[in-house]
Amino acid sequence: MADKLLITSSPHIRAAKTVRSIMLDVVIALVPASVAAVVFFGVKAFGVLAASTISAVLAEYLYEKAVKRPVTVGDLSAVVTGLLLGLTLPPAVPLYVPVVGSAFAIVVAKQVFGGLGTNFVNPALAGRAFVLAAWPLHVTSAWLNPLTMDAATGATPLHAFKGGQAAGSLVDLLIGNRLGSLGETSAIAILLGGAYLLMRGVIDYRIPVAYLGTLGLGVFIFGKPGALFQGDPLRGILLGGAMLGAFFMATDYVTSPVTPKGRTYMGIGAGLITLLIRYWGDYPEGVTYAILLMNLATPLIDKFVVPRYYGYAHDVAARRKANRAGGELS
Amino acid sequence: MNKRSLIGEFTKGLIEENATFKAAIGLCPTLAVTTSLVNGFWMGVAVVFVLTFSNVFVSILRKVTPDQIRIPVFVILIATPVVIVELVMRAYLPAMYQILGIFVSLIVVNCIVIARAEAFAYKNSPLRAAFDGLGVGAGFMIDLMLIGAVREFLGTGTLTVGSMVLPSKPLFEPMSVMLTPPGGFITLGVLMAVLNIAFQRAAAKRAKTVS
Repeated sequence: MADKLLITSSPHIRAAKTVRSIMLDVVIALVPASVAAVVFFGVKAFGVLAASTISAVLAEYLYEKAVKRPVTVGDLSAVVTGLLLGLTLPPAVPLYVPVVGSAFAIVVAKQVFGGLGTNFVNPALAGRAFVLAAWPLHVTSAWLNPLTMDAATGATPLHAFKGGQAAGSLVDLLIGNRLGSLGETSAIAILLGGAYLLMRGVIDYRIPVAYLGTLGLGVFIFGKPGALFQGDPLRGILLGGAMLGAFFMATDYVTSPVTPKGRTYMGIGAGLITLLIRYWGDYPEGVTYAILLMNLATPLIDKFVVPRYYGYAHDVAARRKANRAGGELS
Repeated sequence: MNKRSLIGEFTKGLIEENATFKAAIGLCPTLAVTTSLVNGFWMGVAVVFVLTFSNVFVSILRKVTPDQIRIPVFVILIATPVVIVELVMRAYLPAMYQILGIFVSLIVVNCIVIARAEAFAYKNSPLRAAFDGLGVGAGFMIDLMLIGAVREFLGTGTLTVGSMVLPSKPLFEPMSVMLTPPGGFITLGVLMAVLNIAFQRAAAKRAKTVS
């Protein structure tokens, strides 16, 4: 009889959400950006995305087989990692770049640290950071002109923008008619995906809003060389990879803070670091390292941003007084 | 603890008490100089020489060394072969000395050398200490050459063995990151994981066949 009585700790009500359903939502949210990439950059873009996604799944499967762990390919997290990595790469990279990047992301950044849920940085960004360090030339110059799909020479619009030059019309930036990595060019496609995730409750608005807000404000203040408060915040946000990073990478559950306030801090921190790298660093864009650095800071943020207990007073002084009095404070 | 044979003192340093992959000590030169197979080889040679002689010296003087000041005594005993290696290298292999530079002098405070002096040579006879030094040194040399070979091959696309370059043309685009410190950490970590899994599986298999 005793084993009929089931004693478990809360929570007792379970939502229908699983890892798989959440990851599926993220994949769905990435569809507009992927489609935009293929429309603008053609079959090469498709090749890069397919190579990164397939090799991410394959790497996960092979690694888990090799170390005799349960195969978790079915939870789709490897698909998300691979797809995200592919979207951060330029369209004309040789295909071994996404393949090696995905394998590194899955094996070194994720599985070695225990798999999904215990990785300390976003795997897709770790993979991108690795290929960026391994083949810097490919990852920062293999651009294609949108629609015509011929090899582009010269700087990206972000580069021109930082130099204080014009950087394309806002319409082009919104639909994605510009040079750039696969997933970062079309702002509308990213916003569509982001809106879907927000609507489904998969991500918290705080990180993207704080991230892009901080970045926009910073670009407004420092964006124009030689003059303060004359930058163009809108182009500052639309150019480069900030949109993609803010909605899809910085919001990764495993590597972002759990508290609402902590998430705001993470967004602000990522915005500041992006700004620092863009305007005062050597690299053309700083989104990758900004988010990776904030991933590393996440445990610290979680440690110091402790939410107020339910039923306790805002006011620390009042709480102390209540404690001294030995009474309860309602 | 029953004593091993002299051969056993030598072979234990190769796998069982491997400095880099088992004990994870002496990692500073391991990461710094292993950008190529040749660098790893010469650094390994230097350490084998120093470790063997420092072990012998420490062992010979172990009964007259006061316990309280044994570490300073070790350092002086280690410094002697280090200076010899340094001067010989500077005279006969100036190019290699340029590359290894400070890391040759730093063998004085290398924790493998001090660890073997403290943990083994100080308690054992000179002959045993010599075999221990040779074994641990050889193990360390193999580790350095292995890491160096992986990093050189991935980082430059070729492998230079003696005067031969294999293959003559890179088969793939070299990954420049492998020649940088992060590449060193990644190589070390991956090799450590793979080799330890292999050692464990081999040990498990041996245990099964014995029982």
